Amino acid sequence: MSLKIEDLRVAYQSLRGDVQAVDGVSLFIADGEIMGLAGESGCGKSTLGNSLIFMEGRMKVTGGKVELDGRPLPISDNRAMNHFRLRDVSIIPQYAMSALNPTRKVGRMASDLLKSRGARYETVIEEFMRRIALVGLPEDVLDRYPFELSGGMRQRVTMVISTLLNPSLLIADEVTSALDVSTQRAVGEMLMEFRDRGFVKSMIVITHDLSILAQIADSILIMYAGKLAEKASAATIIDHPLHPYTQRLLASLPEVGVRYEDAALTGIPGRPPSLLSPPSGCRFRDRCPFAFEKCAEDPPFIELRPGHHVACWKAEGEVASESALQVREAAR
Amino acid sequence: MSMLEMDKLSKVYKSGTFGGGLKPALRQVSFNIDQGEVVSLIGESGSGKSTLGKIILRLISASGGRVLFDGTDILGLKPSQLHDYYRNVQGVFQDPFSSYNPLYKADRVFELVRQEYFGHLSQQQWDEKVQAALETVALNPADVINKFPHQLSGGQQQRLLVARALLLDVKLLIADEIISMLDASTRVDVLNMLVALKRKGLAVLFITHDLSLGNYISDRTVILRYGAVVEMGDTEKVFGQPQHSYTRHLLTAVPQLHRRWQAADAERHAADGLGAGGANGAGAGMTGAQVSTFGADASSGGGQSQRYSKSGLHPLKAGAPPVATGARPSLMELEDQPWHSRFRVRGGPSVATVLANNPPPALVQFEPGHFVAVEE
Amino acid sequence: MSLGQQQPGKTALTGERAGGPGDGQAQAVAAVTGGTAKAPSGARYTGGRRFEFVYFAVRNKKFMLGFTVEVIFIVAAVAGPWLAPYSDQQFVSPPFLHPSLHHLLGTTYFGEDVFSILLYSLRDSYLVGFLGALFAGLIGLAVGFAAGWRGGLLDEILQMFTNIVIMMPALVLLLVIGAYFKTHSVFFEGIFIGATSWPWVARAVRAQTFTLRDRDFVDLARMSGKRGPSIVIKDIAPNMASYLLLVFILLFAGSMLLAVSYDFLGLGPTNGVSLGDMMNKAELWSGLTLHMWWWFIPPGLVMTLIVAALYISNVGLDEVFNPKLREL
Repeated sequence: MSLKIEDLRVAYQSLRGDVQAVDGVSLFIADGEIMGLAGESGCGKSTLGNSLIFMEGRMKVTGGKVELDGRPLPISDNRAMNHFRLRDVSIIPQYAMSALNPTRKVGRMASDLLKSRGARYETVIEEFMRRIALVGLPEDVLDRYPFELSGGMRQRVTMVISTLLNPSLLIADEVTSALDVSTQRAVGEMLMEFRDRGFVKSMIVITHDLSILAQIADSILIMYAGKLAEKASAATIIDHPLHPYTQRLLASLPEVGVRYEDAALTGIPGRPPSLLSPPSGCRFRDRCPFAFEKCAEDPPFIELRPGHHVACWKAEGEVASESALQVREAAR
Repeated sequence: MSMLEMDKLSKVYKSGTFGGGLKPALRQVSFNIDQGEVVSLIGESGSGKSTLGKIILRLISASGGRVLFDGTDILGLKPSQLHDYYRNVQGVFQDPFSSYNPLYKADRVFELVRQEYFGHLSQQQWDEKVQAALETVALNPADVINKFPHQLSGGQQQRLLVARALLLDVKLLIADEIISMLDASTRVDVLNMLVALKRKGLAVLFITHDLSLGNYISDRTVILRYGAVVEMGDTEKVFGQPQHSYTRHLLTAVPQLHRRWQAADAERHAADGLGAGGANGAGAGMTGAQVSTFGADASSGGGQSQRYSKSGLHPLKAGAPPVATGARPSLMELEDQPWHSRFRVRGGPSVATVLANNPPPALVQFEPGHFVAVEE
Repeated sequence: MSLGQQQPGKTALTGERAGGPGDGQAQAVAAVTGGTAKAPSGARYTGGRRFEFVYFAVRNKKFMLGFTVEVIFIVAAVAGPWLAPYSDQQFVSPPFLHPSLHHLLGTTYFGEDVFSILLYSLRDSYLVGFLGALFAGLIGLAVGFAAGWRGGLLDEILQMFTNIVIMMPALVLLLVIGAYFKTHSVFFEGIFIGATSWPWVARAVRAQTFTLRDRDFVDLARMSGKRGPSIVIKDIAPNMASYLLLVFILLFAGSMLLAVSYDFLGLGPTNGVSLGDMMNKAELWSGLTLHMWWWFIPPGLVMTLIVAALYISNVGLDEVFNPKLREL
């Protein structure tokens, strides 16, 4: 399976005009890839993820197109998307722990959901039970009400239900943010396991937590204020980021073993710009320590190194002078 | 004598839903906080850490034990004495927005303090005080005064709440997960601010589930599980040489930028003398795949379309959808029941019986300044 | 009945939140409305919460419909004595007259002008409605807040008291009282209705107080040294203000209806003229058998319109207060 997004624009309608939450995003996810979508609140990552599967009342697609496995995905058409949901594209929503109906037993809810997708409960129940056991839940979980399960258990149940019909694309929206450390690890490993076993072909993991992505993602995409900032393999982003925002973000994460006395970390001053009337040029300009005159022009999201896309004039300049240096060295 | 001493503090909740009965949220917890030190209280959900914070702030009642502030048991204070207690101890909570009444302006939180404690000051004196407090938390008065809470960012809201505590000149601040709802780029600034306040003599009880934060700023660390202390001591000792299995488990589970979970497991097992992959036998297949993936990724220069090996896949017939058979990897030890069902509750017990039936594990001194509980 | 409890700050207007409560989609909107210090040129900044409500209220069809109808009747009630062409108790014309230009609603059995009586009776009806709502509201709030805030034993006692009042049949009580006291006033009727219709208010207020009591800003007020009554009045009640307004409207409508039924049965004020009283007299003096529809239908119709207008504006206000019910 492959997902191709071209120049997608998604906006929210509000009293004061359209808020362009996703402003021109293009990307490609290959078969079997776990892509991490990272950024802070308000950057548009949740909007992007959610727009691929459902449109909330106030959301609308103002441009771009999406192709899943070569076929167009009609994300602006609610009825047409119904055919794709849960079968081809599935989502583990934010606060999956609260996504279960508290007045229904888990099994009952799952069977209703599957029936609405045209899958007969009886044919999938065996596989369902196997997967329940795979994630380490007891068999009787289907007979229980959600409040009888702990938060981590509910999370896992939701994950199994969402992936039961083996969707091509799974969108995991902040699935680890409200969890304890050990459950985070279990859920992260579970996501990788699902991909390895082929239950899902590819995954988009939306989170603000880069350290989780360092564990489970193959590639990481950083978003800022509705636009893409940087995209590369996970190792490259963590060890050799080019965009100043990524660099500053990584520098502000405390790690076990680092104490204040050893190395005082610094955050990024300021706040992301308003998406109602976004500034012209690079959106990170106001908070960027390296901003210069060219940043008044919107930097394009281009491949500066093989497999490494960045939208930054400074980075572009750096890479250009680097390669110029290499050429000179080679010529000697 | 320490500034704040918890002496066998216990709390039992009455719960109607989970098969009736009482839940012991805190089981005879004892530890101290001294003047000007930052103590992190680390625990997962259900460990009782927030309950402890609220008991110290007198927002919840305790079921047993004492909390001594400068020698006086604050659990027995009358309302008028409580009024004075709040000059010394204040709290800031996890959700910055909900600490504000959305109908009023954000600086009403200052007004409340003024009405109760500083009515005798003139307007000018009060303004100077507010100015000084805002400067200490690095807030520009023009940005936050006269604004509604929804006009401020999460970071500004939290800082404003800390400024409110500083107005009272408190000796101890209870910080209950104060940065978990802030953006990554602002978190560290708030943390640095806490350290700066510590240098001025403020003691902080930093409640969190995130070990890296605790490690970053605290002098001492207390690790809580199921309402009891499992390890406590100087931060460097506890993190450097964790003794209790739970502490080690937490340390290996923390996701880090530069260390994979499998590598953390390998380290832990090497430290335990078992060798890499020893106890995680069934997971070795997945481990292998993961490690090779990582390596392949780096060597290919960041190509993004790698197809990764699939383990444990046994389709019934060609073209059939994959099924979940094959080796089940060993995932981390998971909580398969809500934590409180670990505790046995017989019949209709009283609070005292529940506490007596669930005593905390005894603490043993491992080295000076480092205590470990016996395994439960 | 929906509670219309709204927290605009939480749904759409928070600042940066990293993975905290509140849906992800709202965060994009949040970055807009929370992040700007100044509104972009050309857009209207709706100021604080209060103005936002007024803005939506005047655009809500249901509310405006109900409100307009209500205002018409209230003006009629207040200006009644001046608008009425005749006095309400004079025998001004031959009886049994059909409606005509001289007598817009005809005359009664005794020759009084029905239209004038109608205008005068609006006053009493509104007065009783208002008194009943006020009294019921006050008792209900007091009991609800006390039970909700303190909980424990006080809550149990107040619950018991509430249940007793619910069980007491108000009509029977009124009959007994009517038998003992020869005369009673509009004031008494209002108080009586108030004293028997507060329980549901107390229940609802108690429930709301329970939820609001656990909020962080209440904890903050406690940590600032504030005590119970002050917190309830300044922090909790204002957060329920929209709900309380809806409650008051419903109480108003309910009181008026109750008053009509009591008056119709003859248990109303001894010297008042109210809509129910009109219907009572119409029935008593053979208005029905004589097919004097202009005497017994108008009061019922007017009552229906008044109460319906109140309920419709209530539904409209619910939409105004609860952003999720609004259509953008």
